[in-house]
Amino acid sequence: MDDTERRLADLHAMWRIRALEEKIRELRIGGEEIVGSVHLCIGQEAGPVGACTELGPDDALFATYRGHGWALARGVPAEGIIAECAGRATGVNGGRGGSAYFTAPEHGFHGENSIVGAGLPIAVGAALAGRFDGGGRLAMTVCGDGALNQGASHEALNMAAAFKLPVVFVCENNYWSELTPIDEMVGEPELWRRAAGYGMAGARVDGNDPAAVRAAVREAAERARSGGGPTLLELMTQRLVGHYIGDVEQYRRPGELDRAREEEPIARLTGALEAAGVAAGRIEDARARARAEIEEAAAAALAAPLADPETAKDHVYA
Amino acid sequence: MPELIAETRKLKYGEAVNAALARLLEEVPESLLYGEDVGKPGGVFGVTRGLRRKFGERVFDTPISEAAILGSAVGAALMGARPIVEIMWADFSLVALDQLVNQAANARYVSRGAAPAPIVVRTQQGNAPGACAQHSQSLEALFLHVPGLRLAMPRTAQDAHDVLVAAVHADDPVIVVENRSLYFGDKAEVELGGAPRPMGWSHLRRPGRDVTVVSWGAVTGQALAAAESLAARGVEAEVLELTWLNPVDLDAVLASVARTRRLAVVHEANVTGGFGAEIVARVAEAGLGLDAAPVRVGAPDVRIPAAPGLAAAVLPGAGTIAARIAGMTAA
Ligand SMILES: Cc1ncc(C[n+]2csc(CCOP(=O)(O)OP(=O)(O)O)c2C)c(N)n1
Repeated sequence: MDDTERRLADLHAMWRIRALEEKIRELRIGGEEIVGSVHLCIGQEAGPVGACTELGPDDALFATYRGHGWALARGVPAEGIIAECAGRATGVNGGRGGSAYFTAPEHGFHGENSIVGAGLPIAVGAALAGRFDGGGRLAMTVCGDGALNQGASHEALNMAAAFKLPVVFVCENNYWSELTPIDEMVGEPELWRRAAGYGMAGARVDGNDPAAVRAAVREAAERARSGGGPTLLELMTQRLVGHYIGDVEQYRRPGELDRAREEEPIARLTGALEAAGVAAGRIEDARARARAEIEEAAAAALAAPLADPETAKDHVYA
Repeated sequence: MPELIAETRKLKYGEAVNAALARLLEEVPESLLYGEDVGKPGGVFGVTRGLRRKFGERVFDTPISEAAILGSAVGAALMGARPIVEIMWADFSLVALDQLVNQAANARYVSRGAAPAPIVVRTQQGNAPGACAQHSQSLEALFLHVPGLRLAMPRTAQDAHDVLVAAVHADDPVIVVENRSLYFGDKAEVELGGAPRPMGWSHLRRPGRDVTVVSWGAVTGQALAAAESLAARGVEAEVLELTWLNPVDLDAVLASVARTRRLAVVHEANVTGGFGAEIVARVAEAGLGLDAAPVRVGAPDVRIPAAPGLAAAVLPGAGTIAARIAGMTAA
């Protein structure tokens, strides 16, 4: 794929996530279809889009409750995601998981997680299993900046480094952990520097540029697959929305959101393509196709029946 | 200690917690208040709002590090501080159980009372529509299996206030389990500033001659609604609400069951190994003759699903509770 085609593909992929999130927000605010806590990744689309193209079908991805975008980029169909958020029988987990805790292993998406930091040790285990089953699997785990302060995160980073396991730890540093800024909660706000302490590679990456993310993940994945051990990547990005839908965001610092909007990945890539002379119609097409796909997925999802209460007790045990 | 001035105000449940915390920070100079988003933002439910401004650095935010929150509370308490810490959801305490079970609960015992760790852990649990399986569990039985930990589950604004005051003035580690479905309910008259009460009280919420319904936490509201609907059918259920589960007001339970000769326990937690089993066992051990087999109403042994329709199918509601009680009084 030449560079322009790649960039248009990235723009389209980011628009799919943006459109999905906006649709989910609309459904959450506008009526009864989606209830409860929903965490959107609007503004953070470049991470999943850049990273997931480097994953093979047998690789294992672990995300957090802010995981719709990662699921979509990994290949989980939008219809199944929306249906899950709306408690439909056709949701990826038939309504059991909801927005914050769904899983779609058939797509190499091994789950969101609503416990901060819990995904890191699980990813270590996925990589560890690859040593024994010969699968050569890469495990990628995504967490927030705040999550690196969990005990489980420290233990996972150390174990992966000690065993030189093929894990890529992706930290999406969006500066905020719910309502509290990361720079007040750590002694060293450059989180990627922790990698050295564990004896693994680490890097800080422009997390609003899918190409930069892709390059960093490719290097980390190659290192991991060739026995060079894990990598900690710190993607610098920002969420343009609240921690969850309904968050009034009183904690934001003056000017922060204005700056964030200038740097957000979709506007940036659109501007870059325009500046490179790519036809306006092709840029618009990337957006329009994404929106149409999501509208159709939402209509199909909402046309499906609600999960049957009779099934609520199924699947606790084998 | 500054003089206690009793005053009555109309407060929501969350506001009553806030009032209790303000009072405790005022009257217990050794107290500290901290947890994730507790300080500057004032808590994810706004419960600690304004306290940082009023009390400065004794109220602060922490990293997302439950083991460090609970462990540091134990350490600070060993040095004479009175930490009040928040674990945002009861589910999140599970990543740091060592500090509660192996550390806090042991400190007094092994030191023969010389080095207790009187921490107060505020948390909340229960189901709210759309909450996922990792944000819906009712974990009181898990904590109650650990000797050394005290536990209360206040349901009213008054109890939310009184429990915290009692907890901070007590010399044991106390877990206060609030319920987020209660924070933003109606306002109620709350008497503030009264003297700290000894732990372990209960409330007889509704007298009745036919059956004793023992309950605790938010689901007591459903038990009361069930009792109302049964009354219309001629069954008079007595509803006893346990504010504290450790220490538990067993005398009140036994006195009531001795009168009604029937026992139902209602909790939101799942049934197996639940505290309801403990209540039934203690009544059995007391040798009270019963006119019907006791009944436990709770969630079946299932994970809690996210979709509201699925969750409603497994959580005990007033209808289920009434049906189970009606069943035992039918004979
Ligand atoms: C163990 C645990 N503690 C606390 C929480 C509550 N909580 C949910 S999201 C969140 C903030 C996480 O921030 P960060 O890791 O930076 O991720 P972001 O939400 O910014 O993507 C917190 C504290 C939780 N879910 N699990």
